[in-house]
Amino acid sequence: MDGLDAFLLARIQFAANITFHILFPTITISLGWVLLFFKLRFVKTGQQHWMDAYQFWVKIFALTFALGVVSGITMSFQFGTNWPGYMEKVGNIAGPLLAYEVLTAFFLEATMLGVMLFGRERVSERTHTIATLLVAGGTTLSAFWILALNSWMHTPAGFEMINGQAHVTSWLEVIFNPSFPYRFTHMMLASGLTVGFLVAGISAYRWLRDDRSAEVMASLKTGIYLAAMLIPLQIIAGDLHGLNTLEHQPAKLAAMEGIWKTQKGAPAILFALPDEKAKENRYEIAIPKLASLYLTHSLDGEVKGLDQFEGEHPPVAPVFWAFRIMVGMGMLMLLVSWASTWQLAPWRKRAPTLVASRTSLPPEGALRLRPGEAGSAAPAGEESATELVVPELKRWQLRMLVAMTFSGWIALIAGWYVTEIGRQPWLVTGVLKTVEAASTVPAPRIALTLALYLVLYVGLLVSYVSVVFYLARHKKHADKPFGDDPTAGDTEKELNVVNYPEKEGGARA
Amino acid sequence: MLDLAPDLTQAAGWMPIVFLGVMGLAMLAYVILDGYDLGVGVLMRRASEDDKDTMIASIGPFWDANETWLVLGVGILLTVFPLAHGVILGALYLPVAFMLIGLTLRGVAFDFRVKARAAHKPLWNRLFYSGSVLASWSQGYMLGSLITGFASTGWVMLFNAVIGFALVAAYCLLGAGWLIIKSEGELQLQAVRWARGSLWFTMAGVAAISLATPLVSPIIFAKWFSFPNIVLLIPIPAATAVLFAVIYRSLQRLPVRLAQGNEYGAWVPFGATVGVFLLAFYGLAYSLFPWLVIDRITIWQAATAPAAMGVILVGAAVVLPMIIGYTVFAYRVFWGKSSALKY
Repeated sequence: MDGLDAFLLARIQFAANITFHILFPTITISLGWVLLFFKLRFVKTGQQHWMDAYQFWVKIFALTFALGVVSGITMSFQFGTNWPGYMEKVGNIAGPLLAYEVLTAFFLEATMLGVMLFGRERVSERTHTIATLLVAGGTTLSAFWILALNSWMHTPAGFEMINGQAHVTSWLEVIFNPSFPYRFTHMMLASGLTVGFLVAGISAYRWLRDDRSAEVMASLKTGIYLAAMLIPLQIIAGDLHGLNTLEHQPAKLAAMEGIWKTQKGAPAILFALPDEKAKENRYEIAIPKLASLYLTHSLDGEVKGLDQFEGEHPPVAPVFWAFRIMVGMGMLMLLVSWASTWQLAPWRKRAPTLVASRTSLPPEGALRLRPGEAGSAAPAGEESATELVVPELKRWQLRMLVAMTFSGWIALIAGWYVTEIGRQPWLVTGVLKTVEAASTVPAPRIALTLALYLVLYVGLLVSYVSVVFYLARHKKHADKPFGDDPTAGDTEKELNVVNYPEKEGGARA
Repeated sequence: MLDLAPDLTQAAGWMPIVFLGVMGLAMLAYVILDGYDLGVGVLMRRASEDDKDTMIASIGPFWDANETWLVLGVGILLTVFPLAHGVILGALYLPVAFMLIGLTLRGVAFDFRVKARAAHKPLWNRLFYSGSVLASWSQGYMLGSLITGFASTGWVMLFNAVIGFALVAAYCLLGAGWLIIKSEGELQLQAVRWARGSLWFTMAGVAAISLATPLVSPIIFAKWFSFPNIVLLIPIPAATAVLFAVIYRSLQRLPVRLAQGNEYGAWVPFGATVGVFLLAFYGLAYSLFPWLVIDRITIWQAATAPAAMGVILVGAAVVLPMIIGYTVFAYRVFWGKSSALKY
């Protein structure tokens, strides 16, 4: 088994686990806030479609949350089983941060989730809203702690080494270490974008399948506007994070840019095949001096190349390519979300569209105009037929959004690979090398469990994506009570989304 | 046994004891709380389709938070006793992996079974059941390993495997007790029958652990079978026996009462089973203290720096009461018989 030693297997296993894990919290962090937004809109306006949107997305939230929890439990064990040297050396820092995450966030979100999902009949509307808020807050708090720890591993601060162990000198410096504010912002925005495109994509999918209720429209707009608002912020945040990396982890940045030799007026490389052996790029396509410009804000600024970090720099090709995938995905997101927003802009609302000419009247009069729009539409009575079709998105644009449903995941994984592979060979920059922290568990055992985990993760990922689309196709099915056998009719009559508003209205009146 | 301890007036002396207490309580909370929902999962195999939904409904709002106690327990082991964490989880590598796969399967099956297409529901039900069994059995196997000091001879592994099944039975007893409280009608009577079936295996398991623990290590043997300890300790096994008798009698009488719609005593099987778990836990804690790995690593050897422990302790002291507070709140919200879950 040369090459596939225990160290490499442990790395692959851990990488597989965190890759799988991060997909789900990324969604729950922002989807929690989106749910709170739906809920607050409903409470404020009393419009039922906001609650319908809540009811639909809370199902996907629950499913995503469950996947995040179970993969997170696996991770909490793998910290110890795969990297025993990690806790031995920096346990005094990692320990409290992890403990605070469990204590302040995990219990809060897990407990309140039950109330949020199942407790709406049993608690007041206000308590239910607060439960939603606490779940959203809990997920974000959890991200805060784990990103503080992760950032500390990239840019350690606020500690001293005594007898080979890290001891804290300042907790504030540990938590707010140099890369933390950038990483946290970058990650929160990534989460928002992932959810923006998820919500927009699934809503576009439902719209294309003639599910044209006000609920779908509201979700579609929420998703598109969220993405369109966040993507420019993300580009700025990403740029600032890059400058932070240049300052604190120049080797990672050199790998991202594919710059082998320290040079003034470094070019921005658009395409290349980095050759680790020859220490050069092949088939390079580059724009001269551009990298120096955006990294040092001077055309002749000096950028450190990989030659400065001989033997201490990360593998170049994966970092180089993951970075380009992330940036490319970001550009695509900018294009799609802004184009969609442009189409939805208020001054374009009246234009007759392809959609309008193609579609018959929507089912069940679901497309009732909202009060504000009805008012503006009244004078232009002859256009009322087109007015019914509020969104001006063309079918190909909706299809584009559907294709982008999980685009956030691709950018996210690529981005994490840049930052995590980019930190190699260090586990904690300058303090602990990954190889020093590795486990002594025999390779065959790791191989066995790795195979099991991989099968499990692939199966679950396929199930997750297909069930999300299935729920979008079969909203009726999804609305049934927990346990949707045909005999459950009584409970269904008792309570379902259709008669739910009466209760709500009554409660408020 | 405290002769192994350093100066207890120092932070390095008393803090590990406090954390051992917190970790022990987290593990105990986990075993009881997730125990009942794992047990319900194991029992689900024998339930009718309608009952399956009711059974899931009885644990749906709680399981997430229940599992978090495991993360807390392991988290303390990882963060406060990092040296022991490496040794213990290294030795338990495979059972831990199987437990994680089991927990993953059942955790996601919870949601998938009602959200995936109806034709796939039986498959997710099966995965839910298999995951529950796998997770429970692996936990029992780990308990066995802990008692036998992580030895890996054939007999020891057989013993661990038997303890694994005993824990599955014990969880079934807990789960059946929970269902007696949370369900009505036919399912409730069925739960009484399930509880009866699980009772014997649970008793055998508790007896096996009680007998095996002192035999593994002369130190533990001396702790139990020396005068006057033995007199002071006799109440533990005696009370356990009494509780088992209480459960047995209650399970004999309950069907008649429940059939008449009389809920009096519906809490007895669950409550008494929790009592058995508490006593077994106490006995085990007494046996093992102050070892994390029997005769090899004490809590003081494994503990991290006092400064780091202090930081965690402050957080735990502030936050744990809040956690307990809103856990109680959540259980109150879902008090009473469980109805179909919908959201």
